[in-house]
Parts: sequence; C-alpha cells; structure tokens
Amino acid sequence: MGEKIAVAVDDLTVAYNYKPVLWDIDLSIPEGVLMAIVGPNGAGKSTLIKAILGIINPIAGSVSIYGKPYNKQRDKVAYVPQKGSVDWDFPTTALDVVMMGTYGALGWIKRPGAKQKKQALEALEKVGMLAFKGRQISQLSGGQQQRIFLARALVQHAAIYFMDEPFQGVDATTEIAIINILKELRKAGKTVIVVHHDLQTVPEYFDWVTFLNVKHIATGPVKDIFNDDNLTKTYGINYKVAVQK
Amino acid sequence: MNSELAIILIACLTSVACAIPGVFLVLRKMALISDAISHSILPGIVIGFFITEDLASPWLILLAAFSGIITVVLVEAIQKTGLVKEDTAIGLVFPALFSIGVLLIAIYASDIHLDADAVLVGRLEYAAFDQLMIGNESYGPKSMWTISTTLLITLALLFAFYKELKLSTFDIGLSSALGFSPVLMHYGLMSIASVTTVVSFDAVGAILVVALMIAPAAAAYLLTTDLNKMILLSVLFGIVSAVGGYYFAVWLDASISGSITTVLGLIFLLVYLFAPSKGLIAVLFRQKRQRIEVSLLTFLLHLNNHDSEEERRVGHLQEHINWGKVRSQTVLDLAEKNNMINVQNQVVFLTKKGLEFTEKALDYIITNKDEKIEDMKNDFFLFRG
Ligand SMILES: Nc1ncnc2c1ncn2[C@@H]1O[C@H](COP(=O)(O)OP(=O)(O)OP(=O)(O)O)[C@@H](O)[C@H]1O
Ligand SMILES: [Mg+2]
Repeated sequence: MGEKIAVAVDDLTVAYNYKPVLWDIDLSIPEGVLMAIVGPNGAGKSTLIKAILGIINPIAGSVSIYGKPYNKQRDKVAYVPQKGSVDWDFPTTALDVVMMGTYGALGWIKRPGAKQKKQALEALEKVGMLAFKGRQISQLSGGQQQRIFLARALVQHAAIYFMDEPFQGVDATTEIAIINILKELRKAGKTVIVVHHDLQTVPEYFDWVTFLNVKHIATGPVKDIFNDDNLTKTYGINYKVAVQK
Repeated sequence: MNSELAIILIACLTSVACAIPGVFLVLRKMALISDAISHSILPGIVIGFFITEDLASPWLILLAAFSGIITVVLVEAIQKTGLVKEDTAIGLVFPALFSIGVLLIAIYASDIHLDADAVLVGRLEYAAFDQLMIGNESYGPKSMWTISTTLLITLALLFAFYKELKLSTFDIGLSSALGFSPVLMHYGLMSIASVTTVVSFDAVGAILVVALMIAPAAAAYLLTTDLNKMILLSVLFGIVSAVGGYYFAVWLDASISGSITTVLGLIFLLVYLFAPSKGLIAVLFRQKRQRIEVSLLTFLLHLNNHDSEEERRVGHLQEHINWGKVRSQTVLDLAEKNNMINVQNQVVFLTKKGLEFTEKALDYIITNKDEKIEDMKNDFFLFRG
C-alpha cells in the first residue's frame, strides 16, 4: 500500500430538500485498499458515493481524486450503482449493459464497435456470465444482475472502483466469486470501495473500513478500528452481543 | 401534389416524428409529461399567433415549444419542494397553462381561425391545403415543411446521441458519473418532444399528439426486448395507423385524426392481447401451464418419496394428493407423454428419465441455482422465470 491518497473528501455536506443527510465529512482513502463503507440504512452511504462522483451536488465541501477534481478524473473511476437504481425491464441485453462501461472512454457521439464488444465479452467471461450475454436483463436472477454490473465496471479499466452493495441479493457462491474479483483488483493495485451491509464478513473481505452515519465516525485499517466501540457509535446499539452471534 | 397524398404524407411524417421521442418518454415513464406539454403549449401558440399571425412560423414554433419547456421546469420545481409527487405536480401545472390558452383564444382570437375544437383534435384536412407560398409559387403544404424539418432534426439527434440517450434513460447514475449529463439529455428530449408537439399540433391537435407519442411506443414495448427494434416498431405502428386511419376516415366519412387515434388504439389492444410473451393471453396461458407443471412436479416427487406399491396406485394418488379426477388425469397424461412414468396394472413407476428429471428439479429447488436448470428450460415453462 503506497502513501498516495486516492480519494480525499473535505468538509462535505449534502442535503436533499434542505435536510442534510451527510454532515461535514472528512475522509481520505489511500491507494490500493479494499475498503468497506458500513452504516445503517439511510446513513448516507449511497449519497456519499454519489457526491464523490458528482452525481449530486454537495451544498458544501469538496472532493478530489488523486489530487484533482472528479470531473478531470472520470476515466480513473468506475461505478456500480445500487441494483435497485435502474429499471431492469429496460429493453436491452446483458452484453449491451456491459458495453455501457466503455461509453466513458468513447466520449460523446462515438459509437461502440468491435473493440468495445470484445472488452465486454472478456468481462462477461471473467464474471462467469458469458453464456447469458444475449439474455434480456429482466430474465436474469438478482445475483446474475449483480455480476453484469460488476462486468460493466471491469470494462471501465479504472484505478478506483466504487460499488454500492454489490452483494445485495446474491447467494454464497456468487458472493465468493465477486469478492475474489475484488481482491484481484486490489492485488493489481486498484482501490476498491464497497458499501457493505454484512458486518460479520468485514474482517474477512476487507482491509480497510469507514464507519458512516450521517457523520463520519472512523476510517482506518480493519484490524485497528473494526471494534465494538465504533460499531456502537455507528449503529447506536451495543454490538458486543450482536457481532458474536 | 394532390390533397389525398398530401394528407397521408403529413399524417405519416407526424406519426414518425412523434413515435421517436415517444419511445424514450415511455421508457422514462414520462407518458404523463407529454400530455402536460401538449396542453400547456397552447398559451405559447396563441401568443405566438398574435405576434406572427402564422401557425407555421418558426417563431411561433419556438415560442410554443418554450412554453412546453416551462411546463417541465415548473413541474420539477414543484416536485423539488417535496410537498407533492410528480403526477400531482403535472396535474397542477398543465390545466393552469391550458386554461390560460383557452381564455386567450376566447377573449382575443374568436375571429381568427384558431378555435378550441381545432386545438384538441386538429385539422389535418385543412393543414394539407395551407400552402407555403413564395411569391406566386406554391411549395406544398406548410405543415409538411415544418414537420419534415422537425423529423430530420430528431433523426439526426437520435443517430448522434443514441448511446447517450440509452445510457441516461437506463442508468442515470452511471450516465452522470461518466460525464454524459442526464440533465442535458433530459432537456434535450423535452425540447424535441415540445417542438414535435407544436408542429404536430396544427395538424392533429393536443389529444392525438399524445396518442401518437405514447401508443406506438407502448405497443412496441410489449413486443420486443431490443431498443432498436422498439424504435423501428413504434415508427411502423405510427405509419400503419396514419395510413390506415386515413382510409378508415374516408370510408366512414369521419375525422381523420379521430380515425388515426382509433387505429392506434386498436393496434395497442391487439398487441396487448396477443403479444407473444408479454401479452395478456400469453401470460394467462403461461400461468395455466405453470400450474399444471407444478402439479406434475409434486406428483413426481411423491412417486420418488414412496416405494410401496400401495402409495403409487392411480386411485390412491387421486385421494392422497387430494386432486380432482380431471387434474390427476391431466398430470398423469402429461407425465406419460414425456416418458417420465409408466403405468402397469394401475401402479405408477418412475422411468429413468422421470427419476433424473425429479432429481434435477429437487436440486434446483434446494440450491436455487440457475445453471442447474438451463437444459430443463426447453422442456418446461415452469423454470422460465
Ligand atoms: N432522491 C432523494 N430525495 C430525498 N431524500 C433522499 C433521496 N435519496 C436519499 N434520500 C435520503 O437521504 C438519506 C440517505 O440516503 P442514502 O441512500 O444515501 O442511504 P444509504 O446509507 O445508502 O441507505 P441504504 O443502506 O438503505 O442503501 C436517507 O434518509 C434517504 O431517505
Ligand atoms: Mg444505499
């Protein structure tokens, strides 16, 4: 792990309809970590990612990716939105959705061609979904849809990956397949930031963690800060009992 | 150009020009907004008419399209307050603007040729006669020019920004993260929809415009899972209803725009009923098949679980599984037809194929793994999700 900072968030405040959902967040994420963002429902985890990626405008604060504003660094960042945020009945196929990951590199107007298709097929193969390439996306199971989203992020060939609950609704096999791909990304020097709900698996999957609940509670190596104290601060209930179950 | 051909051409161009933005409105679940736009451009048209005295003037078109955009902005502003939902906001905005338009017509424009009736259903018949005159030379109907120009612009934008439109419609978050501003795409689409509505308005009126935008796309949506095909089908439905509607009107001696709407309605109804996988009949048929297949599976599992002959007698099965005679017979027949069982002396045996099938199905039910059933899917609807 280098000393370089991949993502820096300064004094970030975000509000919907004037109600702040993220308060004065300061956060820096070093390059090369596989980091979980944990916090209860409505804690603002998705909002934090959206604000970092410029999808929503903060009312205060700033974000930098390798020292520059996000809009200068788009090509370095890949994004997997929360699965429920798109319409799975949209008339398109698995392959086509994966190809969307190449649009950023193409820029405006240029259409994807054979090269983009090849990249998409390789990514589908990597997530074990090649056999489903022509399938309409509503005909895929929840876990398969997550794999398609992961493949789409892979074709972005980014340095930093933001993933919003990639394990939502997947079975154990798919979960392991996905986490292995994420670990591979980290080994290749990428920074991977994952919104994660299953606290039991945090120590096993991740080496870095951020606790978030409207305010930033803590960020650091899992072995140092993943403890009852921070969990209790974040979730507001005593986690000693809950985690040991 | 003879007037029959002119009317048909105008109707076709209008349908195609409406169908294309319609596809994206339907996919974005914004059918209501097209209704709002088509009504609230009215004050823009009336004010534009005072200034230009010409319904086909580009200034009037821009002014009216602008009031369409204002509608969208107002709806979003009301929605942003978080006090009401989108449909409520739409319901608040467009009647207000529409009624301003109607009042303006009633007060100031009663003697010019713009009446409330024409506003609703249009006057395709007249639109074909209103010729573009330059000097003494006639260059064909004005609305043909305005509509084909709009259509050309729409097509050019569609080809240029196809991938951006698709992405921002499917996944607004990724679109924004990749730098393809969804706001820009949204207002681009709204502008095209507004301009198209305005230029179609004179010929087909506020109600048909909405039908022409929404119905072809809604029907196409039920028939295909491919965006390209959805666009092509919508265009095709638009043309069919334009041409069909014209002859229908001639035959009945009725309003052309009314007939076009009727044909559109019929097309939608037919597709809704008979579409191969999303149609009502297909859905009902599939549900019936699935019920039978669940019964078959239950039956096979029962055979698999019980070795004693007593449990596997045909009569006993009827009592035990608690099905009526007809249902038991259907299931028995289906199982036999698929070589999954054979029946000797009223005792049912699982065949090798039946055994394999049952085990695979069990495996699927327990593990819920989709790979396991890929090859079973051809035989049975049950697993087709
Ligand atoms: N578009 C929106 N308009 C208004 N409020 C919103 C919007 N999106 C989110 N919120 C609110 O902002 C807060 C944070 O939402 P966010 O989606 O970031 O939470 P989250 O931590 O990702 O939750 P989850 O675990 O349920 O995904 C919630 O209270 C939510 O109700
Ligand atoms: Mg979330």
